Amino acid sequence: MKKTKIAITLEKLKEQSKKAFIPYIMAGDPDIETTIERVMLLEKCGADIIELGIPFSDPLADGPTIQQAAGRALKSGTTLRKVIAAVRGLRHHTRIPIILMTYYNPVFKYGEELFVKDAIEAGVDGVIIPDLPPEEAGSFIKLSRPSGPGSGLDTIFLVAPTSTEARIKSIVSACRGFVYYVSITGITGSKLSIDEAFRKHIDTVKQLAKKPVAVGFGVSTPGEAQTVGRLADGVIVGSAIVKKFHEEPGNAEGFIKDLREAINSSNQ
Amino acid sequence: MRRIIGNSLWRTTIKKLPDKKGYFGHYGGRFAPETLMSALHELERAYMQAKTDKSFQEELKHLQATYIGRPTPLYFAKRLTEKLGGAKIYLKREDLAHTGAHKINNALGQSLLAKRMGKERLTAETGAGQHGVATATGAALAGLACEIYMGSVDVQRQALNVFRMKLLGAEVREVDIGSKTLKDAINEAMRDWTANVRTTHYVLGTVFGPHPFPMIVRDFQSIIGKEAKGQVTKAEGRLPDYLIACVGGGSNAMGLFNEFLDKDIRMIGVEAGGKGIETGEHAARFAGGSIGILQGCKTYLLQDDDGNVLDTHSVSAGLDYASVGPEHSFLKDSGRIRYTYATDDEALSAFEILSKTEGIIPALESAHALAEAVKLAPGLSRDKIMIVNLSGRGDKDVQQVAKIKGVNLSD
Repeated sequence: MKKTKIAITLEKLKEQSKKAFIPYIMAGDPDIETTIERVMLLEKCGADIIELGIPFSDPLADGPTIQQAAGRALKSGTTLRKVIAAVRGLRHHTRIPIILMTYYNPVFKYGEELFVKDAIEAGVDGVIIPDLPPEEAGSFIKLSRPSGPGSGLDTIFLVAPTSTEARIKSIVSACRGFVYYVSITGITGSKLSIDEAFRKHIDTVKQLAKKPVAVGFGVSTPGEAQTVGRLADGVIVGSAIVKKFHEEPGNAEGFIKDLREAINSSNQ
Repeated sequence: MRRIIGNSLWRTTIKKLPDKKGYFGHYGGRFAPETLMSALHELERAYMQAKTDKSFQEELKHLQATYIGRPTPLYFAKRLTEKLGGAKIYLKREDLAHTGAHKINNALGQSLLAKRMGKERLTAETGAGQHGVATATGAALAGLACEIYMGSVDVQRQALNVFRMKLLGAEVREVDIGSKTLKDAINEAMRDWTANVRTTHYVLGTVFGPHPFPMIVRDFQSIIGKEAKGQVTKAEGRLPDYLIACVGGGSNAMGLFNEFLDKDIRMIGVEAGGKGIETGEHAARFAGGSIGILQGCKTYLLQDDDGNVLDTHSVSAGLDYASVGPEHSFLKDSGRIRYTYATDDEALSAFEILSKTEGIIPALESAHALAEAVKLAPGLSRDKIMIVNLSGRGDKDVQQVAKIKGVNLSD
């Protein structure tokens, strides 16, 4: 069966008993040119998959760090259209899987069908839309698989600590690529607490998913990345990287390498 | 309009909306982050149970009468009618409800519901401050903790209501991001709810957001129209010809209109025209907006070509909002309700006219509905009957109006 780039990447890691490192940056913060450089830097530092945030005026699932980054990106004139064009440009330099993380309205306004077509053409591999639950995503899922199971865009949905078992089942079946497990009951960048309830819930999700599960939302230090790496197939780090790039860009490379090493050491 | 309500399919359909997925035709739905989805389902279940639970309904009814002071009067504005020289104008006096606006109808209902669901804490957004005050009041009555989010621009122009909320025991959080008004306060309240969803109920203040909020808020507000129907029938022996209400999110309008949707009555929703549609500084979503998804539902929205939400302007904080309840979008598209707008200047003028002719100072939001009555009534014959929803009282706006008129009250 034909497989998507994200699926192949995650399978390879699994064969090597490795965990995926999935950093997130806000596209266009502070501008698109810098974003392109940072994608290359992230790949160089060992990222397996990269999430590019699309700035939106009303990011209600995000904490202050990503809200402010979105504000800066909008100020620099960043739009979904421009980010898709940037990915097209990036494809001359890298094959690393790229996922767009966007609120639904920019996609709706772009036109679902046109968005999927343009994103696929540009070389986008997957999409995460935090305010589009599977029950509202029927047409989007269908459009994302234009020629069968291994084609088009991977649709990645979120499972939350508050998701019931029935919801988890329907969410994981709508997911392709991997399942995004939200590690905290809250918004991005909140404080992570890896307790017994968390371990239990993520085990349930992994059992029901039968596909890779990556964890994100509250992972901010190499230590946390290591712990989460032990529990999941991939670790998503967003706010902490966005913050580092904004506040101490000179130390960002070191921080990203530390995260990578911490995730590598998850299995030791 | 006559063609629409003459259609029996319309009459049976309109009573059943929203559908199971929370849609009013193409509008509505449940576009919420996964963390909130279980809570939305829980809320829907609890509400449907409460709706048919006799003891809940009796408690609500009792408090509506003894605490809110319902029924609110339907007042014949004789001097205003004479001044305008046309249709008879009645005012539905929601300004006389406890806390001074219709907002308490919903806030009280949701507070009782939250208590029933075992929640310990309420959170809410507020624009003009009326919904914040109403929620703080409901929280005090139900013995729940309360935190209110309010844009910093609104905190400044509605300082009186901020202090009222604090007196009622609520925490008021200033929101200093985005346009710093109602829209941003909703984002922040939803973030709070996301983080505290297990213990907290989010009291959304208007017929907006993810399902089941537009339905719950409409139902709690529909007492306005139910009362008005009985009152006008008693006074005039028949139903009115026109209903007018202002539309921010649209809860006072749905509250008045809902009971009459299958009747042969013209209804007009009045949005905030701000400084005029051509200036771009307004909040008239139907005049200048397009379909989009914001804060949990699909509806009309003021947005740019890339789907980012535009800044809005209105002299009235309660109407200063980029989107509108999904049921209104459905009623607009179906042609059942006509939507228009009043500018800041027209609303301010109506604010003064009502104060001087009737001795009633209206909220600036309600003054938008009055502005439409001022335009419409003179051209109608004297046997026509019009009900204007006087959704709130204007005490909160006195300071701001003084400022606009260049009067300094602080000395």
